[in-house]
Amino acid sequence: MTELERPDVGLEAGQTLAPRSAEAITTEERTQLQMIVKRFLRHKVAVASLVMFVLIVLFAFAGPLVWKYDHTINRQIPSDQPPSWDHPFGTTRAGQDVMGQVMRGTQQTLKVGFLVALLATGIGATWGAIAGFYRGRVDAIMMRIVDVIIVIPILVVVLVLAGFTRGTTWFSVALIIGLFGWTSTARVVRGMVLSLREQEFVEASRAMGAGDGRIIFRHLLPNTAGVIIVDATLVIASAILVEAALSFLGFGIQIPDTSLGLLIQNAQTAVFTRPWLFYIPGFFVILIVLTINFIGDGLRDALDPRQQMVRR
Amino acid sequence: MLVYVLRRLVVTIPVLIAATFFTFVLVDVSGDPLQELRFAVPPVPEETIQARAEQLYLDRPTIERYWLWLTGVGNTRGDIGILQGKWGPSTQGAMDIGQEISERFIITLRLVGAATLFALGLAVVTGVISAVKQYSITDNVLTFFGFLGLAMPTFWLAALIKEAGIWANQNLGTNFATIGATSPLYYRMEGWEAFMDVVLHLVLPTLTLMLTGYAAISRYQRASMLEVLNSDYIRLARAKGLRNRVVMRRHALRTALIPVVTLAALTVSAALTGAVITETVFRWRGLGTFLTQSIAEYDAFAVMAFLVISGVLVVGANLVADLLYGVLDPRIRYD
Amino acid sequence: MVTDPWPDTDVLLTVEDLTVEFPTDDGVVQAVRGVSYELRRGEVLGIVGESGSGKSVSSLAVMGLLPKTARISGSAKLQGRELLGLSDAELSKVRGNKIAMIFQDPLTSLSPVYTIGYQLAEAVLAHRDVPKEKAWDRAVELLDIVGIPNPEQRANSYPHELSGGMRQRVVIAIAMANDPDVIIADEPTTALDVTVQAQVMEALNNARQETGAAMVLITHDLGVVAGTVDRICVMYAGKLVETGDVDQVFYGPRMPYTLGLLGSLPRLDATRSHRLTPIVGTPPSLVNLPSGCPFSPRCPIVQPICIQEEPELFSVGVDGQLAACHFHERLIGAQPVDLFPPTTIDEELAASYEEAGAHDDAAHEETT
Repeated sequence: MTELERPDVGLEAGQTLAPRSAEAITTEERTQLQMIVKRFLRHKVAVASLVMFVLIVLFAFAGPLVWKYDHTINRQIPSDQPPSWDHPFGTTRAGQDVMGQVMRGTQQTLKVGFLVALLATGIGATWGAIAGFYRGRVDAIMMRIVDVIIVIPILVVVLVLAGFTRGTTWFSVALIIGLFGWTSTARVVRGMVLSLREQEFVEASRAMGAGDGRIIFRHLLPNTAGVIIVDATLVIASAILVEAALSFLGFGIQIPDTSLGLLIQNAQTAVFTRPWLFYIPGFFVILIVLTINFIGDGLRDALDPRQQMVRR
Repeated sequence: MLVYVLRRLVVTIPVLIAATFFTFVLVDVSGDPLQELRFAVPPVPEETIQARAEQLYLDRPTIERYWLWLTGVGNTRGDIGILQGKWGPSTQGAMDIGQEISERFIITLRLVGAATLFALGLAVVTGVISAVKQYSITDNVLTFFGFLGLAMPTFWLAALIKEAGIWANQNLGTNFATIGATSPLYYRMEGWEAFMDVVLHLVLPTLTLMLTGYAAISRYQRASMLEVLNSDYIRLARAKGLRNRVVMRRHALRTALIPVVTLAALTVSAALTGAVITETVFRWRGLGTFLTQSIAEYDAFAVMAFLVISGVLVVGANLVADLLYGVLDPRIRYD
Repeated sequence: MVTDPWPDTDVLLTVEDLTVEFPTDDGVVQAVRGVSYELRRGEVLGIVGESGSGKSVSSLAVMGLLPKTARISGSAKLQGRELLGLSDAELSKVRGNKIAMIFQDPLTSLSPVYTIGYQLAEAVLAHRDVPKEKAWDRAVELLDIVGIPNPEQRANSYPHELSGGMRQRVVIAIAMANDPDVIIADEPTTALDVTVQAQVMEALNNARQETGAAMVLITHDLGVVAGTVDRICVMYAGKLVETGDVDQVFYGPRMPYTLGLLGSLPRLDATRSHRLTPIVGTPPSLVNLPSGCPFSPRCPIVQPICIQEEPELFSVGVDGQLAACHFHERLIGAQPVDLFPPTTIDEELAASYEEAGAHDDAAHEETT
């Protein structure tokens, strides 16, 4: 059978059959960090919240350095004044400048929040990573312990401990909350580690002689960073609310120090008579927790690679 | 099904007991109930302190105390042992813990029940609406208020609502019940009048807990509903020619509600915490104020009593939620 | 005179210049860019293309099943009646009744909380006013037709209790329930094992014969298409690039992409001299389409005009075959190897097979 004549399809002599990749034309190269940042910046609310949060932190920590009044009683301060130029947040009956109080209170509240986040992340991530990595018996026991802690609502256990030890500095309050506040982090990290450990890089590390500790801390945990960060924002927010409730009930930070919860407790009956005493501290608590939640939301979307591209 | 329930109980009861043990140790280690006595001025005689310690079983090692508290076995006075129905001696004068608990339990249960119900209800409604109108103004507004509810301290809102109620009563002639779980003359009321009295007193605290508690669940419901709405079987239901309303009701909603059931336990836990706070603000004589009061008085056994009850409530809610889940989702079968 | 909204015409479905766009955070995704085709009574039309070619989206647009964010323009007429822009109430009467659709993944197509009997009866009750028992009987009957054993019992099962193949057959049964005129099957076998695929295709054919419906078969698998369809449309980057009789297109392709597709098909009956000719590169982003012909970045015979001007569908050959290539004349009689470099092979290995083959031939000759 004769060969059919090959048609002239127009391939020029020497033309290489290696056309440009479609991707090279249409996409830019970006590093992962750049992509995360870009995705975060798309959430206007999250970005605005981040700015707001930074402002609050400055207010709480740098404020007392520049503002003339602190949170203590000062005989020169007129009592029961509504907000004015001299005292932008007003004054209390006892003669304290509310702005100074709110600065201090916010500072203490934030300190508690950050320390709790640190503790919770440290304890929780390690706990969860170990449980997820070893699985089996170890996992079962460790997670049972978590279950036991979760049975009791956190405020209750914190109340009991704070009440019985009379721990009243921000540090002791933070310790107490942090002691029990790591359970969500543990669960979340455990989940991630359980799925990560199935991936090949774990096998590869082991083949290169890495011990368990090295694998957990150098390889697995860094990959859970995103999840941990998002969880940390939730922890800070909830820690702040717990601390505020604790102070409100009289078991947390107490006189002579102050906290936003304590300020609100003192102003309970003044809601309509001297509203600045009640609304301003409350507003601060709400603002702090709100901004942290929005930031966490933005982070979650930015770190999630399974982002859908549907526009509003 | 019964086998499943029994199996679950076998697993959760040890957890409950472990929880009580761990809190018992915590309580024991953290505070000395006799502190005030020891540092009292003028000084109290040693014998008095010793007698008091004996009465409160503080002269025994922690483990033994726990054993006594739990079982009451090996005890001659007969005033201790949870499993025997005895709650232990109180540091608060002549108070009988068991008596107090039984009186206060119903009161708190009403609040926790109503709060859970309404919070769940509001959460489902807002979550579903948010999902169906995703990205619309309604969605954004609802989501914002949800975030606000999450950020708002319960005690702050409680104080606000209470003062607002008082103000409204004075200036608008309304009749909100702002103090207590019932009116002072409640014990004389019967039937409908008594019922309405209870309801009226529930309004403001339940409103507080509902507004602060619904947000987390609402977001979950929204996510669940969105997942269902984007699923293939909803598309197929539409392709069959079913009207949108039918698809929503019969297919989307039915399936999207299921995961929320699992959150019931969390809601009860949150409602309990909320109850502690709102009872304080609205001055209810419930388990919440019982807790704060007992902590202030270093009453270890009273605190333990509270913990046992709250633990049982949470674990019970968990169990009920699991069973309900199995009923609603045919993919789960407990045999 | 009352005009029948569904006159008895020969051409059932006419799609004209259908365009679908999705606004996203990264830009506007042009999923479908001016697609036109016709479906006649009793015929099977195959729509072939890679993921992202727009083949599924175009059918979803016809059924009105796209999300609200989609911007659709053009026309899709069923028996002369325009479907695009109809209200939910109007469209509900058409869906599942005149046009039915079968989706790709049987694992997720059925609602997990209702029995399959219920879901089948629901399809019937959506369009016929019959008592529930009759609908249930019809459901059992349909299960029988698609070949599900023990239909009376099975009707009470939940979808998760059935295998993938059986679930897909239930979906086919649902599509058949009201004797539709058109059945659109969107990648019905893609999610299934090869052995099950044949069963499902057979069930699909039965459904077609039982209902007398015309069918649109969407797939990326040319093998599935070969034995089943009458006419074929090849889609790339949201547009039709070749269309015609299935034999014409298979044996006389006139667009480089079609040639590439055919050359990428592994064949069990291939000889050693028949090698795979894969197409290099990937389909273009639908947000940032290259200018001119969308296939130009990957086309071996690309010329400057290809980048300047997007080719329209030229009439080639006979009988309505159309191809979108400026140089379709050069492709008469072309084979995939003429355009695309064949896969390289291990020379030594091939040589060893040659030897073994010669040895076998020799041995075979001796025995005969």
